[in-house]
Amino acid sequence: MTNFNAREIRKEFPIFDRTVREGKRLIYLDSGATSQKPRVVIDAESHFYSFSNAAVHRGAHQLAEEATDAYEGARKIVADFLSAEVDEVVFTKNATESLNLLAYSLGSAKKESELHVTAGDRIVITEMEHHANLIPWQQLALRTGAELAWFPVDTEGRLDLSEIEKVITDRTKIVALTHQSNVLGTINPLDGIIGRAHRVGAIVILDACQSVPHMSINVKQLGVDFLAFSGHKSLGPTGVGVLWGRSELLADLPPFLFGGSMIESVTMTSATWAPAPRKFEAGVPNMAQAVGLGAALNYLNEIGLEAIHDHEMFLTQRLITGLEQNKSVQIFGPRNLEMRGGVVSFGVEDIHPHDLGQFLDSQGIAVRTGHHCAWPLNRKLGVTATTRASLYLYNEESDIDALLEGVADAQTYFGGK
Amino acid sequence: MQLDNLYQEVILDHYKRPEFKKLSETFSVRVHHVNPSCGDEITLQLSLDMQGEIALTWDGIGCSISMASASVMAGLFNGKSLEQTAPIFEEFVTLMQSKGAATGDEDVLEDAVAFSGVSKYPARIKCALLAWMAFKDASVQVQGQVK
Repeated sequence: MTNFNAREIRKEFPIFDRTVREGKRLIYLDSGATSQKPRVVIDAESHFYSFSNAAVHRGAHQLAEEATDAYEGARKIVADFLSAEVDEVVFTKNATESLNLLAYSLGSAKKESELHVTAGDRIVITEMEHHANLIPWQQLALRTGAELAWFPVDTEGRLDLSEIEKVITDRTKIVALTHQSNVLGTINPLDGIIGRAHRVGAIVILDACQSVPHMSINVKQLGVDFLAFSGHKSLGPTGVGVLWGRSELLADLPPFLFGGSMIESVTMTSATWAPAPRKFEAGVPNMAQAVGLGAALNYLNEIGLEAIHDHEMFLTQRLITGLEQNKSVQIFGPRNLEMRGGVVSFGVEDIHPHDLGQFLDSQGIAVRTGHHCAWPLNRKLGVTATTRASLYLYNEESDIDALLEGVADAQTYFGGK
Repeated sequence: MQLDNLYQEVILDHYKRPEFKKLSETFSVRVHHVNPSCGDEITLQLSLDMQGEIALTWDGIGCSISMASASVMAGLFNGKSLEQTAPIFEEFVTLMQSKGAATGDEDVLEDAVAFSGVSKYPARIKCALLAWMAFKDASVQVQGQVK
C-alpha cells in the first residue's frame, strides 16, 4: 500500500503536532477506544457554535432555521453513508445509548406488537460482545423473563456457529451481535445468522462500532434490522452516536426517553409521538456533535473507505507477522487477514499488560490494556487482561515497527532488571 | 529513564518473589477485591491471634504494581496490631494521593516508599491501593467479629 499517504493524513489531525512523555512522537494505537479528530471535524463543531447555534426544530428565527438545516443535513450524511433512508437515522449520545434505547424500547413494546419480548422468548448474543451489547440484553432478559443464550467463541477467536439451529430457536425474538470484535478483531459472518434469525421471526441488531469507521457499510445489503455505531470512533466528536433501524420497525417501536421535540400532541393525561426519528430524540439534541459527525463522515468518504480498509489490513499484516516472530507473544484472535479488522490483542509472557502498556507509554506508544469491556470473553481466553493495538488511517508502518520494538524493549526492561 | 521512578527495584523484586502470597488454611476473614477497570484481583485473609497480632496471607492476579504492593503490605502488617497499622496505612494513602509531591516517610513506610513514583501516574494508583483497600475491608470485618 504505497499510494496511501498516512503521513499526509496525519498532518490534518492537530493532535499529532504535540509530543508525549518528554518529547516523544505520539504513536497512537488506540483508535478502537476512540479515534483522533481531523481539523475539519473540530472546525465544523466550532463553526456551529460560532455561527449557527440555536435550538433545532423550534423558534421562528434565522439561526433556528440554519441550526435545523445543519443538524438535519448531518442526518442526511449519515443516512447516505449507510445507504439508508434519512428517517431511519436516530442520533443518540453514543452507541451504548443506541443499544440501551433499543433494549428499553423493545422491553416496553405492546403485547400485540411483534417486537414484544416476554417470558419464554429468547434473546441471543455472542460470547465476544462488548459490555455495551451484552448487559442491555442480559438485563432485558432479567426484566422480561426471557432466556439469554449466546454463541460461544472458538479457539481461533471466531464464533462457533455449528449449533446455530439450537442457539437461535423458534422462540428467539432478538439476535444482537457485534460486526467486528473490539478485542479479537474478528469480523463475524452475518448471512447465516441473519437468515436463521429471520426464518424464526427474530430481529437482528448489529453493534457496528468497530466496523462502520473502517469499512464500507450498506445496511440494505447487510440485511440487519438495527445497527448502532459511535461518532467518536469514526473521527467524529464525542457525545454523538447513531441508531439506524428499518423504518417499519422504528414506527412500531415505542419511545425510550420522553420530553420535548418527540411528541405529536400532549394533554395533561396523555401524549402521542412524533414519527421516527424524532420520536427517539427527546430534548434539545447534540447538534454541534451531529454536525461534527457529518463532517467526519464526509472526510472519510473523501479518502475512501476501501482505501482506508486496505491500508489498515496492510498494517495489520505487518503487525501480526512481527508479533508472530516474537516467541514470547501470544495473539488472541485470528492470525490470517480473512474476515478480520485492524484490532490486534496479544499477551507477552511474564509481563502483565498494565506493565507493558506503561512501558510502551514511556516510549510514546498509546495502546489499550485491560479487559476492553469484554470481561466474559477474557475469561474464555483464560486471561485477566490483554494488550490491544488498534489501527486507523493515520497510522504508518513506522508505528507498527515502533510497537514491535517497544515490546522487545519491554521484555529486556522487565526481564533483565 | 523516568519509568525507573515507577518501577523501582524493590517493586520488581517483590513482584517476582512475593511474600505471604499463599492463602493459609485457617483465617477469620476472607475478602476478594477486584479492580473493575483492569480485572486485577486479590483475595486477602486476615486473622488476629490472642495478642491481637495480625496474620495476613493473600493471593491474586495482577500487574507488578498491584502484586508488589500486596507483598510489601503483607510484610509490613504481619505481626503488628491493627492499631500499629493505622499510621502506616494513612501514610501510604496520603503518599498515593500526593500526585508526585510527597516522597513518603521511610521510617513509617519502610519498603513501601518505593511506591512514591506511582502517585505521578493516576491510572496506576488504584493498582497500588488494591491490596490496601482489601485490607481495610478485612480489618473492619475482623473487628466486628471481635466485638
